Amino acid sequence: MGKSQTIVFKNKPVIIGSYSIVGPKEGKGNFGPYFDYVMKDDCFGEKSYEKAEKKMLESAIVGAIENAKIKPKDVQLILAGDLLNQIISSSYAARNFDVSFLGLFGACSTMAESLAVGSSFIDSKHFQKVVCATGSHFSSAERQFRFPLELGNQRPPTSQWTVTGAGATVLSSTGKGPKISMATIGKVVDYGISDVNDMGAAMAPSAMDTMLAHFRDTGTVPDDYDLIVTGDLGKLGSEILIDLMEHNGIKLGLNYNDCGQMYFTRNQNTLSGGSGCGCSATVLNSFIIEKLRRGELKKVLFMPTGALMSTTAAQQGETIPGVCHAIVIESDVGKENKKYFKSTGINGEKLNFENESKDKENIENDILNIDKNNNSENNKNDKKGQTKIKSQENKSILKNKNINKNKSVKNGLDQDSDEDIEKENKYKKSKLSSKKEG
Amino acid sequence: MDDKKRNEAYNKYVKAKLPKTRPWPSLFNSFLVGGIICCLGQGINDLILLWFPNMAEQTAWAYTLIVLIFIASFLTGIGVYDKIGKFAGGGSIVPITGFSNSITSPAIEFKHEGIIYGICVKMFTIAGPVIVVGIVSSILVGIVYLFI
Amino acid sequence: MYYLWVFLIGGFICMLGQVLIIYTNITSARILVTFVLIGVLLEAFGIFDPISSFARAGINVPIIGFGASLAKGAIGAVRAKGLLGAFTGGLEATAGGIAAAVIFAFIFALIFKSKTKN
Repeated sequence: MGKSQTIVFKNKPVIIGSYSIVGPKEGKGNFGPYFDYVMKDDCFGEKSYEKAEKKMLESAIVGAIENAKIKPKDVQLILAGDLLNQIISSSYAARNFDVSFLGLFGACSTMAESLAVGSSFIDSKHFQKVVCATGSHFSSAERQFRFPLELGNQRPPTSQWTVTGAGATVLSSTGKGPKISMATIGKVVDYGISDVNDMGAAMAPSAMDTMLAHFRDTGTVPDDYDLIVTGDLGKLGSEILIDLMEHNGIKLGLNYNDCGQMYFTRNQNTLSGGSGCGCSATVLNSFIIEKLRRGELKKVLFMPTGALMSTTAAQQGETIPGVCHAIVIESDVGKENKKYFKSTGINGEKLNFENESKDKENIENDILNIDKNNNSENNKNDKKGQTKIKSQENKSILKNKNINKNKSVKNGLDQDSDEDIEKENKYKKSKLSSKKEG
Repeated sequence: MDDKKRNEAYNKYVKAKLPKTRPWPSLFNSFLVGGIICCLGQGINDLILLWFPNMAEQTAWAYTLIVLIFIASFLTGIGVYDKIGKFAGGGSIVPITGFSNSITSPAIEFKHEGIIYGICVKMFTIAGPVIVVGIVSSILVGIVYLFI
Repeated sequence: MYYLWVFLIGGFICMLGQVLIIYTNITSARILVTFVLIGVLLEAFGIFDPISSFARAGINVPIIGFGASLAKGAIGAVRAKGLLGAFTGGLEATAGGIAAAVIFAFIFALIFKSKTKN
């Protein structure tokens, strides 16, 4: 029934670079150790939160280009979007790059939208290097969609916390890294939810619709993926999605999770979890791509959802339509670098890193630690204390590792401070403009 | 029409799925904080009358409210009032301090858009309806009393 | 001892606001509007003053008191000035509160900056 919504890429685009930047609160969350940069102050040295969001997005794009070890002039197209009216963060960030730009709006699903569009351009060989980026900021979203920050009101238990963060991915026609093999473009689905504080319930049907279309078009089942991850359905929304899928005869197992639900720790007081463009974008560009590069995840179905609403429409009594796009990302490590690993398995996996033999034990601990953490939360096991200690240990270890890893990337910058990023940016820009002139 | 049925069913399902929260703790919090704010107002009123024994009661109340509004506005500015609000809910919205908070918070929030288009325009985004409804209803009451 | 009454009645009125929040998911602007209307009606029917005489701040500090003084001002001015009083009375009686809220909001907006919450 129905026409196919899925694109299968023949020339699979390669993710050669990724970068994530988040605010201080997000840095303390579950994914903290994986992010490339955690801001000390969520104003990022700017005067307003909108300007901070723009700067974050800019830094993410610069960081991803650097991470891909290419030059800014090699990039042919920037695809970006955000939550603000007229997607100002994206277009204002793009104004500092001498690169073609397409602005996209898919609300919180923008990361998948940009990856799908970018992959199609690369597959059709029109472009060779494309940067996909999105970002969101808690404070700028809050003032646009909800209330002033200082207003003394309570947030209902279904409300979510817009993630302050930006992520960027560099797609290339050649190179090494995880590959995007398929993309399913979702339909706009509206099941008549009008509570603006319950985005999860509004978006879950669109996630179901896209997921069903994806499994139907590709003939795959949930077990074919190591990880199926939705963007920001939150606690309630992901429970609804599991129910909806079960209703349609597909059972989502432990390999399903939600970025928003995983994002924050339980005592961070975010109620139903994280949301916003930045939520899925930063998780993808830190945790997921990292795991894909290491081969700890082989095949990931990444499907952020977006609530396509505005305050005007909501005040006029409109319900909230949702949209969801799915992207399949496959790791290249499994096939080509098999000798890198001694043995593999999905759970209780044992890995042997040749050059990091010291950290062997810790890596074992760390594997899918967040997933475990979260599952235990799901099952309401009260092993909170234990997992917390574990994750803290891992955090410190991972931080060391990350610094090692990033040394080459960050050009020997030892201190992570906002000024440094600023300097980097300026340096990049000067480089960029000199290239322009030269 | 099929969609309508589906939407109704889904809304019903979501409603059943909503996390149940016990109302008593938040009701108690709002009671406590609301009571304390009212006692604070009474204390200020008593102090004013103590210092100026000849003041009319109505005037003393006006000063009391101004002091409360000042305190709430200041607490909003330093970022404390919304923390009280998170804890107390209705307890810090219903008193006059909540009115003050709802005027100060958008004014601070939108200061980056400039003094005229930011602070002045946005000041009444939340409290505007209160003043409008209050004035309209008081005029109606006044007109009714004209004929009694 | 009347502080106990102030506490109990003030607390009870605020709790009513919380009941509205919990069971109707109402926003704070709507709560304020509802309670101002209640205040206007209480004054219009002459119930406010008897309560106020023993509840004191318990009913004057909640925004009900603001509504009541709007109505009280309008009623008093109507008796003194006729129709014009209906228009001038309400605002006259509450001008102090509104002006204070505006000036303090303006000053503090110039001084302070909104901060992201944790």
